[in-house]
Amino acid sequence: MFSPKTSERIAFAFLTLAIAIVVAFVFTIIFYITSNGIGAISTDFLTQGPKNRMTEGGIFPAIVGTVFLIIGSMAVALPLGILAAIYLNEYAEEGRIVWIIQMAINNLAGTPSVVFGLFGLAMFVKYMGFGASILAASLTLALVVLPVIIRASEEAMATVPPGLREASLALGVTRWQTVRKIVLPIALPGMVTGAILSVGRVAGETAPILLTGAAYFLPRLPTAISDQFMALPYHLFVLATSGTNIAATRPIQYGTALVLLLIVLGVNFVAVMIRRHYKKKMRW
Amino acid sequence: MVTDTFAEGIETEITVMELNLWYGAKQALKDISVDIPKNSITAFIGPSGCGKSTFLRCFNRMNDLIKSCRVEGDVLVGEDNIYESNVDVVELRKRVGMVFQKPNPFPMSIYENIAYGPRIHGEKNKEKLNSIVEETLKAAALWDEVSDQLDSPALDLSGGQQQRLCIARTLAVKPEIILLDEPCSALDPISTSKIEDLLMELKKDYTIVIVTHNMQQAARVSDYTAYFLLGELTEFGETRQIFEMPREKSTEDYITGRFG
Ligand SMILES: Nc1ncnc2c1ncn2[C@@H]1O[C@H](COP(=O)(O)OP(=O)(O)O)[C@@H](O)[C@H]1O
Ligand SMILES: [Mg+2]
Repeated sequence: MFSPKTSERIAFAFLTLAIAIVVAFVFTIIFYITSNGIGAISTDFLTQGPKNRMTEGGIFPAIVGTVFLIIGSMAVALPLGILAAIYLNEYAEEGRIVWIIQMAINNLAGTPSVVFGLFGLAMFVKYMGFGASILAASLTLALVVLPVIIRASEEAMATVPPGLREASLALGVTRWQTVRKIVLPIALPGMVTGAILSVGRVAGETAPILLTGAAYFLPRLPTAISDQFMALPYHLFVLATSGTNIAATRPIQYGTALVLLLIVLGVNFVAVMIRRHYKKKMRW
Repeated sequence: MVTDTFAEGIETEITVMELNLWYGAKQALKDISVDIPKNSITAFIGPSGCGKSTFLRCFNRMNDLIKSCRVEGDVLVGEDNIYESNVDVVELRKRVGMVFQKPNPFPMSIYENIAYGPRIHGEKNKEKLNSIVEETLKAAALWDEVSDQLDSPALDLSGGQQQRLCIARTLAVKPEIILLDEPCSALDPISTSKIEDLLMELKKDYTIVIVTHNMQQAARVSDYTAYFLLGELTEFGETRQIFEMPREKSTEDYITGRFG
């Protein structure tokens, strides 16, 4: 219908359009949240608890809660996910069992997060007796992000050329040493990307923590992992849907969203630094 | 199979006895017996798919990595039967080094590529490592070209230099035997002849087995030649004899380029 040259141009135009739309959306969101939320940000906002039935004051307890959740769930999910990925990619031999494991991981990835919340409630809060707590919520969130971490790590390890593994093994180096010295350092940037995606997920999830420990309002900060906590996404949800004065707290809502966004961007930045460090170490 | 009887006093490094190998149900090596002499270069030639690489990978048990692969028969390296159940494969691979078809340096500096093996095997002394790097690069005829850029990425080197680096990396773990699987097939003629010269030099200290599909290369560098066809060792003998008066019709056809 079209000459190759014309269809090349048309294809390129569509591709450009697609990326322009994506970029426009990203910037609109960031601009919208920043412009609406920046006014609310102040030292008090970041360091004080909510006041006057949450219509004034800050969001410090929610920031603390979210940071605890990130640390807690990553401390569980990162090692577990990375070890599982190493097993699947470097040790397991194709077969029925591996196929079943892969199917299970895929299904886990597709499970709605509220289902994880229910599971966490039954398993960690009730059965294991952790109660509604940072611990129970962190474990639940760890399960939510486990498939993301496993998939990203597996994909990153799959990009390591098989020839390098062979070269290492042929030098009389064990499999585990080869994983540690060759595979992981090369795969690390990709694995870090998976970790960032999951930090974003942990910081933003509401349903799993709602059922496992997030509090509507707490007068004081949590002091142990068995305590309940406030968290940014739930706090935002509360202010926006069932707060005492929804219209009056709009600025606080946007301020909360902006802080959430900044936390995720901050983690992103750290990840970029880690990636750069390792890129320098492994010399392509 | 026809084997030449060697002159008295030639020491054997690798002894293969009635080796059979299968990939799943498919037999890739059939009843191979051969003695590979020490401190010499043995070339494996034959049409592609005849089992040269598979046979080579029996000597350092790289075939273990392939799940469907099953081996019967015995391979002795020196005195040790390497297919016995109590053999430490990791130790074996220190004794029997391997250089691959495609140069595969690690994405690290030149120095780190060579120090990699010794370091993992426990060498921590910086001075020692420095001298290993220098010695092996000299032995691999690469020192003069890279001595002032040891910290630069190995992947910045040319293909021929990368392959010599891989040889140096193999030498660094002090093997007795070096296996090379078509090490020059991705290289230009100048790099190829550098590697050939290097192998002739190395055979004083090492036993070398090289797979090649380049007849001139086999004739130029090797002392012994093994001709494979369809998983069988059709003919093995001194290179001169194989090239000048092969006993088997198919060997002659292959060498003279009538097929393959
Ligand atoms: N990993 C493997 N799985 C199954 N069959 C293989 C594998 N590697 C090699 N083969 C088969 O074994 C035979 C010999 O292969 P190879 O040793 O690579 O031959 P050559 O090196 O002489 O070209 C071929 O028929 C090849 O298809
Ligand atoms: Mg081959």
